[in-house]
Amino acid sequence: MIYLRLFWEFFKTGLFSVGGGLATLPFLYGMGEKTGWFTTADVADMLAVSESTPGGIGVNMATYAGYTAAGVPGGIIATLGLITPSILVILLVAVVLDRFRRSRVVQNAFYLLRPCSTALIAAAGLSVFVLVLLEPGAAALLSLVRWKALALMTVLWLLTNVCKPTKKLHPIVFIAFSALCGIVLGLGGA
Amino acid sequence: MQLLEMIWTFFKVGICTFGGGYAMLPVIQREVVDRKKWATQEEILDYYAVGQCTPGVIAVNTATFVGYKHAGVLGGVLCSLGFVLPSLLIILCIAAVLSNFAELAAVKNAFAGIRVCVCVLILNSVVKLWKSAVKDRLTLCVFLLVFAAMAAAKYGFGVNLSPVLFVLLSAVGGLVLNALGKELK
Repeated sequence: MIYLRLFWEFFKTGLFSVGGGLATLPFLYGMGEKTGWFTTADVADMLAVSESTPGGIGVNMATYAGYTAAGVPGGIIATLGLITPSILVILLVAVVLDRFRRSRVVQNAFYLLRPCSTALIAAAGLSVFVLVLLEPGAAALLSLVRWKALALMTVLWLLTNVCKPTKKLHPIVFIAFSALCGIVLGLGGA
Repeated sequence: MQLLEMIWTFFKVGICTFGGGYAMLPVIQREVVDRKKWATQEEILDYYAVGQCTPGVIAVNTATFVGYKHAGVLGGVLCSLGFVLPSLLIILCIAAVLSNFAELAAVKNAFAGIRVCVCVLILNSVVKLWKSAVKDRLTLCVFLLVFAAMAAAKYGFGVNLSPVLFVLLSAVGGLVLNALGKELK
């Protein structure tokens, strides 16, 4: 019975959280209070783990929350519940879009949507840049910049854009490389 | 066989996604656009725009779109399942044995390194997307306005504006221009 309820609760979370993984957060707090499956502190732990492991943040949190509530089957069922509305809604949209894709109206709408989409991605990138490069609340300008991170960033940019033998490598190679550099350089300050 | 390939492709996308849906872009561009040619850069941008305004996780929305376009409803379902599979495996293991995972010094440091990498990968993605999105003065204006508004709201006023707002405004803008009889594209 708890499985059915888990599926339903996460189905609702998936259906009402618009705009990415973090939008599921308020729903998880509410769910914890309502059902007693997990506490507010649990949700904070889940978020920390979800942000530092591969996969979509919302998906990771659903898996973790479902596991906390009802073990391994709970984790699987919560995740399936979360993604079911996405799949249904998108399939619907995709069918409609297919039919109208060639129409000039839709083409024109997308013509302006593409630069908008690109700008939104660039803005999301900017906030990661600021987070990575700037020390929060530092007094002097020079101590404001995280030099080690900036150096690693420059190296990665050269490796992915300039250096011929490495530039075609799979992104996972660079991710693994920078994880290693992070540990060696103590980038997280830990 | 081809269906297995779709699961595997999005499994790889899932494994490489660190820190939110935007981090999956470089892998989508490499695996889906460049290699398999299941979608074009333009289509990925369209999927992102739609994914911002429709319910659910953006990455799953994109996976469903690509899968549906390439192999119908079953394709959409399988690509989404492929994407969440790494989450299931990794999170269930961590939740079972390492509840203090995020507190470990090595994890913190490694993740700080990965974030630097995500920055660079997003930058590279944006450069690629730019070519298929910014084609004239009008599209350049849209890009600059949206980017400036998002950045100004966040760093000037400390508010996160909803992307949905801009997606809807741009779509409406396109429709108005269409109604005025302006030929775009």
